[in-house]
Formats: sequence, structure tokens, C-alpha cells
Amino acid sequence: MMILPCPWCGPRDQEEFRWRGQAHIVRPAQPEQTGDEAWARYLFARDNSRGIARELWHHIYGCGGWFAMERDTVSHAIKTVYGVGDTPPKARS
Amino acid sequence: MRYSLPGILKQAVRGHRGWPRVWRDSDPAHSYDVIIVGGGGHGLATAYYLARRHGIRRVCVLEKGWIGGGNTGRNTTIVRSNYLFPESARFYDFSLKLYERLGRELNYNIMFGQPGVLNLAYSRQELRQMNRRVNALRHAGITAHMMTAGEVYRLLPHLRPPEDLARPIFGGFLQPKGGTVRHDAVAWGYARAASRLGVDIVQNCTVESIAVKDGRVSGVVTSQGEINADQVLLATGGHASILASQAGLSMPITSFALQAMVSEPTRPLLNVVLDGPVYVSQSDRGELVVGGGTDLFNSYAQRGAAATCERNFAFLVDLFPCFSRLKWMRQWAGTVDYTPDHSPVLGPTGIAGLFLSAGWGSYGFKAIPAGGYTLAHTMATGRVHDLIQPFSLDRFVAGALIDEGASSGMDLGRPVI
Repeated sequence: MMILPCPWCGPRDQEEFRWRGQAHIVRPAQPEQTGDEAWARYLFARDNSRGIARELWHHIYGCGGWFAMERDTVSHAIKTVYGVGDTPPKARS
Repeated sequence: MRYSLPGILKQAVRGHRGWPRVWRDSDPAHSYDVIIVGGGGHGLATAYYLARRHGIRRVCVLEKGWIGGGNTGRNTTIVRSNYLFPESARFYDFSLKLYERLGRELNYNIMFGQPGVLNLAYSRQELRQMNRRVNALRHAGITAHMMTAGEVYRLLPHLRPPEDLARPIFGGFLQPKGGTVRHDAVAWGYARAASRLGVDIVQNCTVESIAVKDGRVSGVVTSQGEINADQVLLATGGHASILASQAGLSMPITSFALQAMVSEPTRPLLNVVLDGPVYVSQSDRGELVVGGGTDLFNSYAQRGAAATCERNFAFLVDLFPCFSRLKWMRQWAGTVDYTPDHSPVLGPTGIAGLFLSAGWGSYGFKAIPAGGYTLAHTMATGRVHDLIQPFSLDRFVAGALIDEGASSGMDLGRPVI
């Protein structure tokens, strides 16, 4: 069971949230000029890392806000919480 | 040794002390024709069919823990082939047919029972979808039929009366050939048969990376040193993404925790496997074996959250009031690797010699014989087996998805990936 730190509401039970998948997926700027392979990568390829993952969470049964989070996919430990549009923590340093 | 009735009687007289080991635990050699990463059902079955049907016996199965310790030993043992699309129905039904004669073929009791798999509908819309599925199944030559609510109640007298149900039952559909198989026995039976044909099974050996030279596989690097091989199959269940993406493949897979649980043994209550959205069957020992939706976020933890358990139990107790007093003995989780279309990813990859048996999500156990059979064919002959051509990795580039979301039993909670 996880307690997730919503940046607006504080720590809340995991059941109030929806996991919204991998963060930082960039849509190709010009889809009509993007090849099938690159488009398939954008649509379907996922990191699915065993360890630290960056993902989007949605406080659906709370304030309704979205945020990005670094979380360990094995221990479920939460590392950092940051804004959806922000650069990921490691890229910052 | 071959198992037989006189053999069992002889052992019984001697107090069952003389049974030999079922398979050889090997140390890895320096090189093989084929290396299979992952000693679960799919890996062991592929090894068996390579040796048995294609005469390729320099095969090594590398398992990081113990064989059948991953999803093969964690699923709820249900076998069925009631899939909507012809590609899937054909493939899973081939698997069901192989299961029907597997015990005899392997000379190993896999305890296959076929009481039938019953899916329940809780709305008219669901009932219409089931009708469509039954018609599709009949086109594929698979027996299945609709059941009215009255017929469902006659089959399951312990169901809560319709007027008290939170979600009244509108009917359902039955695949009479569906059933359950003892899951450990599948791993052990294949391991025994493969081992007797000369396949090496290495336990406690972790593959750290795949060695690729000039776009060709040359072997694997393991915790017990390097092993060379021209062909490598990744059959690592929920961990498929890790080695594959290390080798440079972009994988359309996300892993989730799927829970299962077992009750204390009780008197015979269920004479059918109940499916959707929570699935439950009664084992030969009388325990209720229950599974449901996954935890709704990416996870490699082989344990589940209480909330999902609670959701499954709530659903079950709503259906069967008498289950509310049962004690639950065990609860665990497996790591299931979902693809966006809930169909597996099978066959060759962009790297010569590297093959995938991945994306098995929550539907891998029923497919073990067919997965092993077709991948062995593909690796031995160099031609992708007809049955698995639709399940190639490049279907995601071509857009030829086979969306089996509804048939994969994930109605209670299917994360969008």
C-alpha cells in the first residue's frame, strides 16, 4: 500500500489516485513526416524499468491535479515529486 | 524411469522412499545450440519441443531462481480458448488440444480437469458482446454456448438470489472444454521430459546481458560466466523488457502485479471455473483459487496491495454470500507483462538469432504448450510458425494489433498503457 504525496493535498491513500503511465513521452513534432517505426515507438514502446521509474499520477478522487513522480517499481518507494511539465530531477543536476 | 501403475504400487509398498529425482540439475557448459532464458513453462516447453520434435538437444535453460517459480507457479491454473479474434482463438485452442494429451505425452500427471469455463454477464450490453464472442468461437470451430440467467442459477445454486445482487446476472457463456491444470506439474513435466532428452536445466543462474556481435546474437553473460550460442530465446515472463531493451529492442510492454489467493479447503461448491471479472475455481483439495484485476500501476514487486484484494473479495462475496466466512490461507502476486493489445509478442526480433516469448500478461499459462511448440518450430526451421505470425513484434509498427482486452479477463481493472 502506498501513501502518495499530492503536491496540493498532501499525503493521501493510493486508492485516491490513478496511475497515468510513463512520464516524458514526447509526441513527434511533425507526425506526417515521422516514419512508422518512430511513430510506433512513440505510441507503444515503454521503459518499464525495474527500479526507478518516472511516471504521471492523477489525483482523480481528490483535487483532480496531475503530477510527475519518481518511484521504485520494486520497493514502491517514492523518491521525488515534481510538476508535469518540469525537467526530470536527474536531468536538472 | 517411466511412471506406471505397477511402479506406483511397488513404491507404495516401500514407503515411497525410492523415487528418483525428476530432472537433472546441471552446471552450464561453455556453448550450446540454443539458450533459453527463463525456466518457466514457456522456456521449458520450448526446450522440450526443440529436443523432441526437431532433434536439437544441445539446449540450455537458464533460470535465475527455481524452475516454475515465476508466473508458471503463480497463476490461477485456468486453461481456456474462448478468445474473440480468429488469430487468438486458433492459437489458444491449439494449446488446449495439446494440454488434452500432454499428461500422456510427458508420462506425467498434469491433473487436467475440464469442467468448463463460465463467463458471467452483468448487463444486456455484456450479454450481447458474449453472443458475438460465442458466434466468433463457433466460426473458429470452438464449442461454446450462451446460458440464460436461469441456467446459470441451476449450475451455481450458491449464487446470491438475483433480487439481492448488487449487479444482477443477465446470463453468461460457457466453454465446456475449459478447465484447470496443476501448474507446477506443467513445469516439472516439461523439465523432466526435456532433461531426459539431454537438455541442461540450470537453476540459480541469472542472465545479466545478451551478447550481440554485428547484429547477431553470440550468447549470454550470466552470473556463472559467459555461455555461447547462436540462438537465444527470451522467455522471462514479467521481466521481458529488461534484457530485451538492454539488447536494443523497443518493447511495447509494461509490467503489473496480479494477485491470486487461496482459501481454506471447503466442501464442493463450484462445478465450473467462473470467469469475469473475478475468476474462481475450486481445486481438487477443495480450496477456492481466486484471481482478479491487477494493481493499476507499473510494478515488479511480486506482492499486491490490500485494495485489490478487497475489491476481488467484495465482488466474490456479492456473488456468493457463503464465501464470506471462509478463511484465506495464502495470497501472492506475479509480475504480468501487458502489451497494449493484450496479445503476446512471439518470434524473431531485429537481432538475428534473438527470439522473444514475451508479453504473456495474464494469459500465458494456458498458452504454454502452443507457445513452446510454435517457438521451437520457428527456431529450428528458421520459418515463423503460421500460428504465431500474427503475434510478431513488428505488428506494432504495421498497426496490425489483435486487441484481446475483453478476452484476457481484465475487466475489473485494465490500466491504459
